[in-house]
Amino acid sequence: MPDATFLDSTELVLNMGPQHPSTHGVLRVILKLDGEKVLGTDCVIGYLHRGVEKIGENRTYAQFNPYVDRMDYIAAVSNGLGYCLAVEKLLSIEAPPRAQAVRVILAELNRIASHLFWLGTHAIDIGAITPLFYCLREREEALKIFEKYCGARLTTHAFRIGGLQYETYDGFEQDVRTFCEMFLPKVDEYEELLTTNRIWMGRLKGVGVLTAEECKQYCVTGPVLRAAGVKWDLRKAQPYSGYEKYDFDIPTRETGDTYDRYVVRMQEMRQSVRIMRQAVDGIPEGPIMAKVPKVIKPPVGESYTSIEAPKGELGYYIVSDGTIQPYRVRVRPPSFLNLQALDRMVAGGLVADVVAIIGTIDIVLGEVDR
Amino acid sequence: MGDEAKPAKPQATMAAAPWESNLSRDLKERFGDRISEISTYLGQNFIVARPDAVIPILEHLKFETGFDFLTDLTAVDWPNRAERFELVYNLYSFGRNERLRVKTSVSEGFKPASAVSVYPGANWLEREVYDMFGIEFADHPDLRRILLPDEWQGYPLRKDYGIIQQDERWVQENLGIESGQ
Repeated sequence: MPDATFLDSTELVLNMGPQHPSTHGVLRVILKLDGEKVLGTDCVIGYLHRGVEKIGENRTYAQFNPYVDRMDYIAAVSNGLGYCLAVEKLLSIEAPPRAQAVRVILAELNRIASHLFWLGTHAIDIGAITPLFYCLREREEALKIFEKYCGARLTTHAFRIGGLQYETYDGFEQDVRTFCEMFLPKVDEYEELLTTNRIWMGRLKGVGVLTAEECKQYCVTGPVLRAAGVKWDLRKAQPYSGYEKYDFDIPTRETGDTYDRYVVRMQEMRQSVRIMRQAVDGIPEGPIMAKVPKVIKPPVGESYTSIEAPKGELGYYIVSDGTIQPYRVRVRPPSFLNLQALDRMVAGGLVADVVAIIGTIDIVLGEVDR
Repeated sequence: MGDEAKPAKPQATMAAAPWESNLSRDLKERFGDRISEISTYLGQNFIVARPDAVIPILEHLKFETGFDFLTDLTAVDWPNRAERFELVYNLYSFGRNERLRVKTSVSEGFKPASAVSVYPGANWLEREVYDMFGIEFADHPDLRRILLPDEWQGYPLRKDYGIIQQDERWVQENLGIESGQ
């Protein structure tokens, strides 16, 4: 949008990134400024493009499963869950109840880990350094549970098509309960540092407003949409993996500014603990794997399956031609579509707020670029 | 492994059933033979329309029937078909809590109308389709490549583009190496 050849004398084009610490990866934003005011932006993305969708067409269904972890690597468990559910839908099978409960626990644990990473980096962008260390300290506990469960901390590949590869380890339930017990007071601690902090409120309130109507126009989902007052969460709207069995609320706010998105995510972490507590108390006995053929060959057809990932609606549109490889795998990435609204959110604001707004959208460039 | 070595069976078609509802009847009545198929598969509804009918259908769905959210827009390449590219518009309605896919097929070189006027969020999605498949959208406000470099030659998600293929000239000129492989 900014065109360097037709600059007004008061306009300035400023390049930000791709190697700027506050862009959370390799995102380049070209800003068109009038003094301190932002007139428009142009996002240059694709630095991390690895052709994930093309790779998907050239791997078998099971082989592609680990690749999806590398998109949103902060929330790898959610990526894996979405992909497994999508292939299960094409095969018309369902994971057994025990597998579903374990999936929910790990997915919610991952939501907390993802939100913690967001909070720490968002706070450091604003200038608050301490929360990062607190958040990573607690995130470490979540990663330890992943590590004990499946051996990996970040790109977990925790689930398999049809259920789980591994039975839970001895003491899994206890570890999850201990985490829940430990974690809620920590959220209070973060909130004590930030929620009523004058600098924090001054930097976030009224910044980067995106109304509910604009969210819908720009295909925005997840906490950004909920902060604008839309009570919509796929875990409630179109439940999957047994989410209908758990009692939890969808936190929403009214104005849709950066502060509201902060509050929504903080409350979501508390709700995740609530879900985990219910799930861990009621893990049913039984098998962890549905009857899945050795060679996965879904019938000719197509399906779109989506889940509520920590960042928004993560969908997989898979076209099968009846062979062992998907004919087409389309990933509907929440980060990519939420980032599109950046221009709308920063236009008219101050250049110092751009950093706050990039942080509040909660993007992971691995998922934006795929 | 024996299973994998067998030659692929002859192409079967999707076992989709006709979709009957108030909405499907309304669409059939309104757009007639501009919609060629109204079906459902695995509980997911989709319609197949002629390319020139897509924008009127999207407008009708958004403003009259409440499909106010464009979830996704993508394409599928079928090189053996006369109309090679299948465009897939994935819609969602907050009010009805329902999804609906609108599909259409276009041949190479055909320029389908952009959906940005109906759903502004289609902007980046159409850029990605252009980037990966080379489908140009008419009246798109800002049709440039989005994930690949602007000067890149070729459209990677086409079926005739190999998995390790790359724009060697671009790699040599810009990265200063012989090959990215």
